[in-house]
Amino acid sequence: MSAALDILLTASFWVAAIRIASPLIFATIGELISERAGVLNLGIEGIMTAGAFAGWFTVYSGGDLWTGVLVAALTGMAFGLLHSFLTVPLGLSQHVVGIGVTLLATSLTYFTYRLALPEVSSPPKIEPFAPLPIPGLSRIPVLGEALFSQTPLTYLAFVLVALVAWVLYRTPLGLAIRAAGENPAAVEAQGISVTALRMGAVVAGGALMGMGGAFLTLSAFNSFFFEMINGRGWICIALVVFGSWRPGKALLGAILFAAFDAYQVRLQQLSGGAVPYQVFLMLPYVLSIAALVLMARRAAYPRALMVPYRKGER
Amino acid sequence: MRLELKPAPTSAALVLYPAGAIAVTLLVISLLVLTAGASPLNVLYLVAKGAAGSQFAIVETLTRATPLVFTGLAVAVAFRAKLWNIGAEAQLYMGAVATVVLGTGALPLPAPVLIPLLMIAAMAAGALLLLGPALLKTRLGVDEVVTTLLLNFIVLLFVSMLLEGVLKDPMGMGWPQSRKVIEAAQLPRIITGKRLHYGFVIALAAAVLVWVVMKKTVLGYEMRAVGHNPNAARFLGIPVNAVLARTALLSGGLAGLAGFSEVAGLKGNLTLDLSPGYGYSGIVVAMLAMLDPLGVVLAAIFVAGVFVGADAMSRAAGVPSYIADVMVATALLTMVAAMLLARYRVRWR
Repeated sequence: MSAALDILLTASFWVAAIRIASPLIFATIGELISERAGVLNLGIEGIMTAGAFAGWFTVYSGGDLWTGVLVAALTGMAFGLLHSFLTVPLGLSQHVVGIGVTLLATSLTYFTYRLALPEVSSPPKIEPFAPLPIPGLSRIPVLGEALFSQTPLTYLAFVLVALVAWVLYRTPLGLAIRAAGENPAAVEAQGISVTALRMGAVVAGGALMGMGGAFLTLSAFNSFFFEMINGRGWICIALVVFGSWRPGKALLGAILFAAFDAYQVRLQQLSGGAVPYQVFLMLPYVLSIAALVLMARRAAYPRALMVPYRKGER
Repeated sequence: MRLELKPAPTSAALVLYPAGAIAVTLLVISLLVLTAGASPLNVLYLVAKGAAGSQFAIVETLTRATPLVFTGLAVAVAFRAKLWNIGAEAQLYMGAVATVVLGTGALPLPAPVLIPLLMIAAMAAGALLLLGPALLKTRLGVDEVVTTLLLNFIVLLFVSMLLEGVLKDPMGMGWPQSRKVIEAAQLPRIITGKRLHYGFVIALAAAVLVWVVMKKTVLGYEMRAVGHNPNAARFLGIPVNAVLARTALLSGGLAGLAGFSEVAGLKGNLTLDLSPGYGYSGIVVAMLAMLDPLGVVLAAIFVAGVFVGADAMSRAAGVPSYIADVMVATALLTMVAAMLLARYRVRWR
């Protein structure tokens, strides 16, 4: 039993937890921006898949790593634009469009992969981002090691959380975005276009989702394989609820979740096969549902989430 | 731009806009085919030929359509009441598990008794799986989209666990597969020697039954009322939560039947690749059918034809068969947009 607890005190465990959290942080913040403006983006799973492939393929074709990240973000924005065009000005069902975007982005990715690399049995590898320890800070035991010996993309994720929190709560633009998700008619009355705000938020969110996917291929692993997103997008949607639509809480939620995920892998090794490995693999999904149930009573959904806004209609 | 509701959509609009959606879909596919270095017309011809160009092709398309009718109905029923069941995939697998648990010898009964029993068990398994998320939605307000989606992953791992554990076939040479169901549990083939089985007939019967339920019964009326406006429905005295729970049982049961039909009619046993995403394709089928139970049959045959045709085309023309998934997803998005534009007028100022 003490072996199971000792894991929690090792730096390597927390390094792994922060690494696992990173793609979730990108995509959760992306979903959060979108939902704050009033649009549920169920395209997230497919957009992460497309971003993972686009980033990896750029680097595989000779681009450098940061170009890969940029291409992944642009890919995410393209699908975000498609989603927002259908759900915002046209006001189509966000559920149906989101699932459609996920199916489209995933199938386009697989199609392109097969086209670009026919008959490849083992996916080709690239040279991913290397860890970049921050001098001094990474020497602080456990906490410092965990936070400051990561790859540059992880640092970027943390910077983006701070940036998004600042924009949402400290700028007029952020106020307008949040209002678009709560009371769009009031925003329109101020002469600000709800359509533009919502579309912008979904597109920006798409960029973050694409980068979240790219983290997996450019930093966590070094190649692209089918079904590698494996429900992470859906987990991010649960994390947004768990984080009460606040960037800081969503960040903590993602890290907490990742810590559980890293922990189950280590418990699995400790258990020595006494418990079927599938039980451990189920835990992240079960945990997400549990988090939703736990937060259900307190969840304060943006009031206009999933409600299309049509000028002049009440 | 803004949208204004047209007084009533003209019948011309109801034909022209969907036709436009098909045209856009074909355009997107053609562009992809050109990037792949093949001729769009040739590829479309090969897809159509592979889907319906021979008796073999037609039988194969109808066989592939069978589970899609069930999952399409499951989604259509749920979406009609605005219960967002994205978990038909998991419910299908639970139906298959129930079929295998009871059908591999646990109940040594003759076929006329055993097959209905297995159908009921498969429906119950699928129904119970969706009841959970439905109750979480009505009791606690937990969004069912996320819970049903996450359950897809949980159930697939659960099935994997069973197939490597209690349900593992001892004669399976180590493969994660269940034993075959006994002969009395197998649905006969419609034409001897062909893959098409009586699951297809059951699927057609289910479509008619669901149509009757939706159009001619109180439950169907209540489901439509709840889907249209839950507050108004509550005001009218409709027990909204109970209606959603019944919808969940019906929807999950239909998806469970897909699992029964695939095991008892086609595969004989349960493996982890029993469904290549029939649950998700069911959403496309239901939307293309505009949630109409009889339309689901046509949409399922269309979607199945695209998949079967693309497989054949891929072997002949060398264009990746994932083009079928792209086509189906594009058709979904363009069709929902077209149906909206048929009802609304776009004002650019």
